[in-house]
Amino acid sequence: MKNSPSKNTPTTRITGAEAVVKALLEEGVTLAYGYPGGAIMPIYDELFKYQDQLHHVLTRHEQGAIHAAQGFARVSGKVGVCLATSGPGATNLVTGIADAQIDSTPLVCITGQVASHLLGTDAFQETDVISISAPVTKWNIQVTKAQEIPDAIAKAFYIAASGRPGPVLIDITKDAQMDLLDYRYEKCVAVRSYKPIPEVSEASVKEAAALINAAKKPFVVFGQGVILGRAEAALKAFVEKSGIPSAWTVLGLSALPTDHPLNVGMVGMHGHYGPNKLTNECDVLIAIGMRFDDRVTGNLKTYAKQAKVVHFEIDPAEVDKNVKSDVAVLGDAKDALERILPYLQKKNHDAWHNAFKKYHKEELKAVIDPQLKPTKEGLTMGEVINQVNRETHGNAVVVSDVGQHQMFAVRYANFTRSRSNVTSGGLGTMGFALPAAIGAKMGAPDREVVAFIGDGGYQMTCQELGTILQTGVAVKIVVLNNEFLGMVRQWQQLFFDKRYASTTMINPDFIKLAEAYDIRAKRVSNRKDLAGAVKEMIASKESYFLEVMIEKEDNVFPMVPTGACVSEVRLS
Amino acid sequence: MEKQVFTISVYTENNPGLLNRIATIFLKRHINIESLNVSRSEIENVHRFTIVAKMTEVSVKKLVGQIEKQIEVIKAYYHTDDEIVFHETALFKMASKLLFEQREIQNVIKNSSANIVTVNPDFFVIEKTGRRKDTEVLYEQLAPFGIMQFVRSGRISISKSEMKISEKLKNL
Repeated sequence: MKNSPSKNTPTTRITGAEAVVKALLEEGVTLAYGYPGGAIMPIYDELFKYQDQLHHVLTRHEQGAIHAAQGFARVSGKVGVCLATSGPGATNLVTGIADAQIDSTPLVCITGQVASHLLGTDAFQETDVISISAPVTKWNIQVTKAQEIPDAIAKAFYIAASGRPGPVLIDITKDAQMDLLDYRYEKCVAVRSYKPIPEVSEASVKEAAALINAAKKPFVVFGQGVILGRAEAALKAFVEKSGIPSAWTVLGLSALPTDHPLNVGMVGMHGHYGPNKLTNECDVLIAIGMRFDDRVTGNLKTYAKQAKVVHFEIDPAEVDKNVKSDVAVLGDAKDALERILPYLQKKNHDAWHNAFKKYHKEELKAVIDPQLKPTKEGLTMGEVINQVNRETHGNAVVVSDVGQHQMFAVRYANFTRSRSNVTSGGLGTMGFALPAAIGAKMGAPDREVVAFIGDGGYQMTCQELGTILQTGVAVKIVVLNNEFLGMVRQWQQLFFDKRYASTTMINPDFIKLAEAYDIRAKRVSNRKDLAGAVKEMIASKESYFLEVMIEKEDNVFPMVPTGACVSEVRLS
Repeated sequence: MEKQVFTISVYTENNPGLLNRIATIFLKRHINIESLNVSRSEIENVHRFTIVAKMTEVSVKKLVGQIEKQIEVIKAYYHTDDEIVFHETALFKMASKLLFEQREIQNVIKNSSANIVTVNPDFFVIEKTGRRKDTEVLYEQLAPFGIMQFVRSGRISISKSEMKISEKLKNL
């Protein structure tokens, strides 16, 4: 990265604030989310002047701004951008930053800061956001001089988007925004201490291929690395040639179409029965772009101990972090999968597939059918999600919040294309879905975006209905209302003798609330009304709010209790 | 696996936020830093952190991986005590009158190969460089005379094997 404009290129004399906006435009940013305040006003003044080129979406809370930027980034594959002022503006971003860090979402967050002469004086709305955000950002920097702004932004975009993506924060003092600089922009293409993508070693590819070819019961578990690395086609070719049953993590969902014959479902706490059971029967476990989160592995001491482990991974720090691998193929997922393909033998593994089918039959009978074809009076979350599948044919972007409805959404939503599942996986941030859905719709305006949200999480960020009102963004909101914090209640039922401590919810009239924001709203309490309401919602050209009253004490199964072995997965 | 003392050497760019980021990696894993030293290195504009902490080898491997993940960290290494040459420096402030009233203090200083770095009418300062044990022994010997102030630096260390930083920097 060059630190000063080269002699040959002409510079223009502009303010730091204008440089911020011009730099964003250089990076192809046309949409940013944020909330103004004292220490970032010079930048907002420039956003006003450049509004024809850069559209700023005013959210109702900084947390809404950053989750919207996350939703935008997740569906578009571009870097999400959000802005906030100093102090509380900056601290309100922190949840979203932590969420983006753990879910590897590329973000550039720009915060205003008090003038540099006030730093360290406990000035009005001063907070040390660099220290606060350090553990949850991929990189951050405080800029106190206008001249440093273009290079800081160039470096920020490069770091956020390259390698394993993540959030980056730039804190700019107010004087740096107001001072003049000689502006010239040069994109960052390298940082000397940072190697975003390790090179795939031929030896590791061959070693991995040998293990895979020799396997009798190989099993693929893929994660978001496939989506982030744009390796969906390479994954499909890999599993089709090798004939390996493939399961996904929550964040890997949608990288392989739901109806693909080799797609055997989800692993982990509320994953499918076969994938969990057979994790402990496979002979070679092939992990692709996933990080063996504890929600995936359960008890590590009893996780796939019989298997040889092949780990395709971009981040060297993830290798052997939780599960020791026998072969680690470091590097870009697409590159690695394309390079291993010629070495793979064509196989079917029919008998092994039958093992998955057998477990699927059991799960169908005990869990899936009662969800999708319920005989009880109360509505199930699964049947609502399935009704949306019917109307969207699996082509929608499905955004979910955190809790029971999230697990139902990832288990039952159908997907035909990648980058269609947006949810807070690693951090489990309630309140994520509504603002993320706004960002997702803006990131993929031609696609249907349906947000499934619980009655609890919805109330954490429902102020963002105001953003929908102001922007007219056509988000479809489905609140699955069981008048409980359902996931916690489920745990209280199973592990705390039904002591429902602070999990019952007395809710407001959600219909009136949506209507107050001029959003068309409908409540469904009976099964007979569900299909029509979903049809009407999907047909709507505008935003739509659908509340479905759900059986109160329904549970998500299968379930691997915390700390249990994955093969101890329960169907009830 | 048993916990042991590791010396972690981290080569970094010169960035004021890095100390915080590196310290956070220890804090997040509830690992206490026993000593920390930051200095320039043999390469221009490259800083070197020397961190001593006790943990298992499995932990230190993962920890070094997390440290290396930081954007402005060039490379991190970990070593056991037998793989490095290392020492610490201790300073002792003592009352000057001891030099005249307690003659045996001069023998203590001489026998410990410590240096007197400054003497003025009120106090003098003894500097002792060596391993932890050496400075501890001197402390025990001087304590009966009354130590006015004591301070000890973090460990600094040189690895016996090569740490190929210059080569790595060229490749970056």
